[in-house]
Amino acid sequence: MTVASGRRARITAITSGKGGVGKTFLSANLATALARQGEKVLVLDADLGLANLDVVLNLFPKITLHDVFTGKSTLDQAILETSGGFSVLLAGSGMVEYSRLTPEVREQLTDVIQQVVPRFDRILLDTGAGISDVVLYTVSLADEVLIVATPEPTSLTDAYATIKVLATTQTRRDIRVLVNQVSKPGEGRVIRGQLQQVVDRFVSPGLEVPVKLEFVGEVPIDPSVRDAVKKRQLLLECLPGSAAAQAVIAAATRLRA
Amino acid sequence: MAPAPGVLNSRSTVNSKPPFLQSAPPDALRLEQALSLLAQSGQGAPAGTQGSTPWLQSLIDALCDLSSRDGLTGLANRRNFENAIARESDRVARSGEPALLLMLDIDHFKRINDQHGHVAGDLVIKAVAEALSATVRPMDLVARFGGEEFAIILPNCPPAFGATVAERIRERVESRAISLVSGQQLGCTISIGGAYAPQWVRSTPSVWMERADLQLYRAKSEGRNRTCLEPTPVSVVSAEEKGLLFASSIFGEDLS
Repeated sequence: MTVASGRRARITAITSGKGGVGKTFLSANLATALARQGEKVLVLDADLGLANLDVVLNLFPKITLHDVFTGKSTLDQAILETSGGFSVLLAGSGMVEYSRLTPEVREQLTDVIQQVVPRFDRILLDTGAGISDVVLYTVSLADEVLIVATPEPTSLTDAYATIKVLATTQTRRDIRVLVNQVSKPGEGRVIRGQLQQVVDRFVSPGLEVPVKLEFVGEVPIDPSVRDAVKKRQLLLECLPGSAAAQAVIAAATRLRA
Repeated sequence: MAPAPGVLNSRSTVNSKPPFLQSAPPDALRLEQALSLLAQSGQGAPAGTQGSTPWLQSLIDALCDLSSRDGLTGLANRRNFENAIARESDRVARSGEPALLLMLDIDHFKRINDQHGHVAGDLVIKAVAEALSATVRPMDLVARFGGEEFAIILPNCPPAFGATVAERIRERVESRAISLVSGQQLGCTISIGGAYAPQWVRSTPSVWMERADLQLYRAKSEGRNRTCLEPTPVSVVSAEEKGLLFASSIFGEDLS
């Protein structure tokens, strides 16, 4: 693999307070959109415990991150090309022992990220949901963090809790917000405003620099999403004209700004 | 298309009896030991006509039940517990439900045995088992883990209640007087360690048990007769914060 001199990927961690909000689906489709906009993208499946990027992408990897961690394979062997024009590094299902942040897990993750950073323009870290120590550590390795939430109250509460933990335990002050499954246009922006209001009132007063939530986009509830997931295809490939696909493309554009 | 039930085993529909019954008629099965085990456990004979399929099924069910319980206390035994914790840890991995595991141990049990004898020791174990069962919800699983050790799986137990629940169990055991055969009254205490299943990650039951065990060890070393729960890193969102979060027009009202 040739290494372009001076190349250093921008690392974006994609996380959510609650599971099942479409985080992995969005990671894969955002990667497709970013790749189409000219970025060389790697999606690193950092959801070490419940990795399912392979399911979303319909891949049956023989070599995974687990093999790299255990020294069975090289990193190059584990990086796969996808039909969406981006690369993936899959966690694999043998990763149960990585559900706890041990010094080894910490070292191996850092090592892998250091090795891929000079080879790509963008690395999307598809982290696990929740605020476990593995998730917090993975997020700490990123240049920026994108929180995925849905308008559902439990998702919003968990997204807020995650923002609070990130702001107070890490020096993160800029957090991007992408709202999935909105039922009416404008709902995502309202939700971002709502989260910002609570953060301003309850989180920022304890910090030297206030936390700023940046709206990255909203993806509408769209039956084409379910169709794509069922077919195990990328939405941007099989239904590029759908409202949800267009929303993902718009979010990717804002993510590059 | 999936075949309809019954069609699946089309080969065996010619002769509906399972193969082992074809070669051995029910009265030729050696069931004395199984039946005497059931009688001894106080379960009584299986229902139905002796040797019929329903009778054999109820015999098997009774044996399954027997093999999943602890003989002394009637609680779930370790085998049963290990099945249950594996199921629970898989379930909460994706649901994100808070599930609490408590590991409990009778304080100075060896001393009770040495001073009052093994019969008294057994009574103490039984009394503790009863106190535990009486304190938890029907959905919780109380198991005798071995010796004077117990474990309780509490599915869907919010982190805010965990300490209260564990403390209530400890108090219940402490307040209970155990009458020995000699007429003497004996009291005992327990130490409790607890940990929540990791949320949204697939973990292993052994990791979960190890964490609860570590807290039990802490409770013991801090002087016994106390509960120690692993501190949860979960950031609590107050009612006030939630109030503001859901205050605006997004829920219910029109945005246009």
